[in-house]
Formats: sequence, C-alpha cells, structure tokens
Amino acid sequence: MKKVGNHNSISRKLFLGLALSLIFSLTSFAQEAAVAVTDAAAAPAAVTGGDAVKGKELFNANCAACHKLDAKATGPALRGVAGKYDMPWLYKWIKNSSDLIKSGDAQAVKVFEENNKAVMSAFPQLSEGDIDNIIAYTSEPKVEAPAPAAGSAEAVPGTASSESGVSNNIILGALALVMLILVVMLFLVNQVLSKVAKANGIETAPKTPTTPIWKAFARNQFLVLVTAVFLLLASAYFVYGFLMQVGVDQDYAPIQPIHYSHRIHAGDNEINCKYCHSAARVSKNGGIPSLNVCMNCHKNIAEVAETTATPEYSKAFYDEQIQKLYTAVGWDKTTQTYTGKTQPVKWVRIHNLPDFVYFNHSQHVTVAGIECQTCHGPVQEYEIQKQFAPLTMGWCIDCHRKTDVKMEGNEYYTKIHDELSKKYGVDKLTAAQMGGLECGKCHY
Amino acid sequence: MKSVYKITLLFGITILVSSCHNNAAPNYQYFPNMYESVGYETYAESNAFKNGKEGQLPAEGTVNRGFEPFEYENSTAGYELAKANLKSPLDSLSRNPEKGKELFEIYCISCHGASGNGKGKLVEREKFLGVPSYKDRVITEGSVFHVITYGLNSMGSHANQLSAQERWLVTDYVLKLKSEL
Repeated sequence: MKKVGNHNSISRKLFLGLALSLIFSLTSFAQEAAVAVTDAAAAPAAVTGGDAVKGKELFNANCAACHKLDAKATGPALRGVAGKYDMPWLYKWIKNSSDLIKSGDAQAVKVFEENNKAVMSAFPQLSEGDIDNIIAYTSEPKVEAPAPAAGSAEAVPGTASSESGVSNNIILGALALVMLILVVMLFLVNQVLSKVAKANGIETAPKTPTTPIWKAFARNQFLVLVTAVFLLLASAYFVYGFLMQVGVDQDYAPIQPIHYSHRIHAGDNEINCKYCHSAARVSKNGGIPSLNVCMNCHKNIAEVAETTATPEYSKAFYDEQIQKLYTAVGWDKTTQTYTGKTQPVKWVRIHNLPDFVYFNHSQHVTVAGIECQTCHGPVQEYEIQKQFAPLTMGWCIDCHRKTDVKMEGNEYYTKIHDELSKKYGVDKLTAAQMGGLECGKCHY
Repeated sequence: MKSVYKITLLFGITILVSSCHNNAAPNYQYFPNMYESVGYETYAESNAFKNGKEGQLPAEGTVNRGFEPFEYENSTAGYELAKANLKSPLDSLSRNPEKGKELFEIYCISCHGASGNGKGKLVEREKFLGVPSYKDRVITEGSVFHVITYGLNSMGSHANQLSAQERWLVTDYVLKLKSEL
C-alpha cells in the first residue's frame, strides 16, 4: 500500500503536466484557426441558348479586351446594349466606328465623347450574323448570385475541409477532457479506497522514513559527476543552437498590408518573376514592384474568379485586396480613371542582408543565370511570402563552393577561365575558384 | 504551498515553450547597429524627406544617362504618327534576337502567347480576354514600340520594366513572330 501511495503522487503530477501542455497546445491551435476565413464558393453561371454561345466566343476573342458585360472598362459595359441602339446602327458602328463618327452621326459622336474619345478598332471581318450572335450574348440577363440550392453543391468541398479542421480540434479537446477526468478519477478512487480501508479497520502502513531518492543520488558521487557532465554538455548544445540562430530570419513571414499571393500569380498564372521584379535583372536591388506594374493587369481584373478562392481565403477576401490596391493607386473602377489621390503601401521587408554585406541581384540573376527559386524557394507555392534561405554567410559560401560558373556566351570570363582552369586542373570552375570566397568580394 | 509553487512553475514553462516561436516577427539581432544602416535604406521610411519616403521622384526635367527623347505623344494621333514614321535606331550589330526572345518571354508571353497568337496563359485561363493575334493586326515597328512604351487600351505601359533599347529588341522579336504566324 505504501508503494501505491508513492506512485500516485508522481503519476498525479505527470498527468497534470500532460493535461496542461495539451490544453496549451490546444489554445495555440485555436488562435491559428481563428485567422482563417471561410466562405462558400459560389456556383458559376450557366449559359444557355445557341446563338449566345457562339456570341460569347466571338465576344471573348474580339470585344473582351476593352468591354466587359457589367462594368465599364476601356469601353462601356455592353449588357443590354441592343436596348439602347438599333441594330443597323450597331452593325455600322462595330464594322467601322471611326467612319461613322467622321460622317457626323450624332449618336456616334455622343458615344465617342462619352468614352474619353477612345477609338474603337474596326471589325470589318465580323458578318452581320456574327454581330447578331454577339448581341444575343450581351442581351442575356445577368445571372444573379447563386441561389443557396445551387451554391450548396459547390460549397461542399470548402466546408468539408474547414469542418475537418474543426473536428480535429474537437477530438483533441475530447482527449484532453478524458485525460482530465482520468486524473480526477484516480485521485477520487485513491481517496475512496483509503476511506474503505479505514472503515474496515485495516491500517494503512505508516510511512516508514526511507532515504529520499535525491539524497541517495547526492551521496553517489560518480552519478553526480556523470549527471553534471551530461547536463553541461546538453546545455552547451542548446546554448550553441540558440546563439547560432540569433539574427537568422529563416521562415520569417510578416503580415503584409495587402495580402498578395505569389501562388496565384507566379504559380497558377505562371507570370514570370521578372515581370514584376524587373529590377532583379539590371540592378543590385531585387526591387519591390511599383504599383503601376500591378495595374498593368489589375486595371482589367477588378475581381478574382470564383475558382481562385480557396477554403482558407474567400473570393470576397481577395477582392478586398484588389480594392486595397485601387485605393493605394487612386483608381476609380466605376469611371475607369485615376483620381490622383494615392497612398503609399507600407510593405514589410522580408529579406534583409546586414549592412556590412554587398549582394547584387543582377550579377546572380542575369550574369550567373541562377533561378530565383534557388535562393527564394518555391515562391510559386507560397500563399504568404516567407524567407526561404537562412541568408547566413555559411549558406552563401556553400553555394559558391558548389556552383559552376556559367561561362557559355560570356566572353568576359574566357581569359581568366582558361588561366584558372589550368591552375586548378579542372574543366569547370566553381564560383569559389573564381575568387568567390575572398572577403573583399562581399565585405568592404 | 510547495505544490502550488510547483504547479505555477509548470504553468510558466508550458506557456514559455508553447508561445516562443512567432514567424510574423523578425528574430533578435546581435549588435543591431552592425545590421541596420545609419543612412536610409532602399524603399525605407525616412524623415529626411517631406513625404517620409526614401524613394523620391527625380527632380522635374531630369534626364537619365543614355536617355533618348521619344517625341511621339501618348495619344491616338501619336500612335498613328509613330506607326507611319518611327523607325528602329538599332543597327545590325545591336540587334539581338535571343535577347529579344528572352525579354518577350518575361514580359509579353503571359497574354500574347509564345507564338504571338494571343493565346497566353492568362488568356487560356480567362483572366484576360480579347488579346489579338499579331497576324490580325496591322503593326509596324513604330507602332509596336509606341504600344510597349505607352500601352494601348487594356495593355499597360511597360516603359518602367524595359529600357528603350530593350523595347526595340522586343519590337524586333514581335515582328519576327508576326512574320512566322
């Protein structure tokens, strides 16, 4: 019985500790889950009608560069355009609007004036039948936001995965609760048993004073020595580990003022990194793209497609980010003009080399032809941009030792390459053999 | 009393361990004044200027080294003029089809497609519609350069991503694609 009592007190503490750490890990899970926003994806619009389908094709090929159905773009919105103008006039206008304006047609001049005098390309290749098809497409009624019945089928995948996240938490919570109940029960059972024992007149053996384990331990000098050595080594290991990560910002992923997803742009849409980060080709700095580069596409793309939304980030969330861009550059999407009221976006810098290191993007990107992903990681998969590489000196040196210098088509290196490859007796030189390890190359 | 003390200690340690790592904040730095420059850094905030930014616009009328004036204005009239009159300043030595291809595949391919048929990745995915094939449009080297410089309709200006010389290289490549379509 004596032993049972001892066991109990130790196991009680252990259980308590386990339960506590479970509870804490639970709360930190819950914090992360709270950030995620879930919205049901909406069902895409259904298209019906024979002519309108052909019309959509023609519209997308010929008109969509400047016209949208429901919003003003370079040209006016076209839904219901047949109700505003009669067909013979529309034929003439579409086939050659400039001629119609020049001929002094009052309606044509008015339309021209209303749309910032943007000249519409002539489409002599469209037959009247083609134009009828296009008009049929533009005359289709707007499909309203999906009804709940239609939406539910689409919404299933989204809610299912978000539910799995919730159920995980529920399971963990239940486990923690069971653990807690077990601890309490153990405690109670112990009490009841000792009460029963007392009632039955069985004396629980009085605790005989034995040497406590720590005293026995302290008397064994060899054990103390070994433990001390072990503890010192272990703490040295952890202290070293801690000191080595000071100033290393690997995996740093700050919250940016506009939630820009590299996954959508560089991944799904396969836009080249250097389209936006054009400075990386020609300058020391990789460059944060100026917002006019965003507007090259987003002047036209005011909202994301339904398919872009993920269970974690809804369409409304992404649309809000595009709206933030519009606010920053002062773009009024209803009139399709710049208001002139701009606000700088305070991006948070992620990759930041210390001031005492020189690094040049153009030298690595253009001259050496290194892929952006080598240092920045699989950016095309990042929803939230983070620092992939540690950016420590050891990391730089390591790469310089391993990477062969790209000599093809670069006469600048020819002479030095020949001399050095003779000196080292190799065919291909690494960056290190070219002097890539000299202190003064990066620190001066 | 002793057990209460132990429990609080346990609490404290668990809180410490489970709340330590935060990826949204930068790490500690050893001797931060070795890391952060006294002078302002690229794109940083700075009190030295009225609008609080390091990145300033050049003074009005500034001309960068190697600048060549482009005398066609950003309008339909300018476009027509450029189409008719503007000729590439590149001589046979400075023409570089490979470089033009490389730049085209960074800056144009997403919409115009690898062969210039107007079926780039963004068009395929219906993000951007109505991109014409080079074959269907009457274009000259002057008009192509004008459009890359100023943009046209839905296409934006690419003058800040490409230097004038690079724009001429891309122009060459666009006309090469058109001739092959």
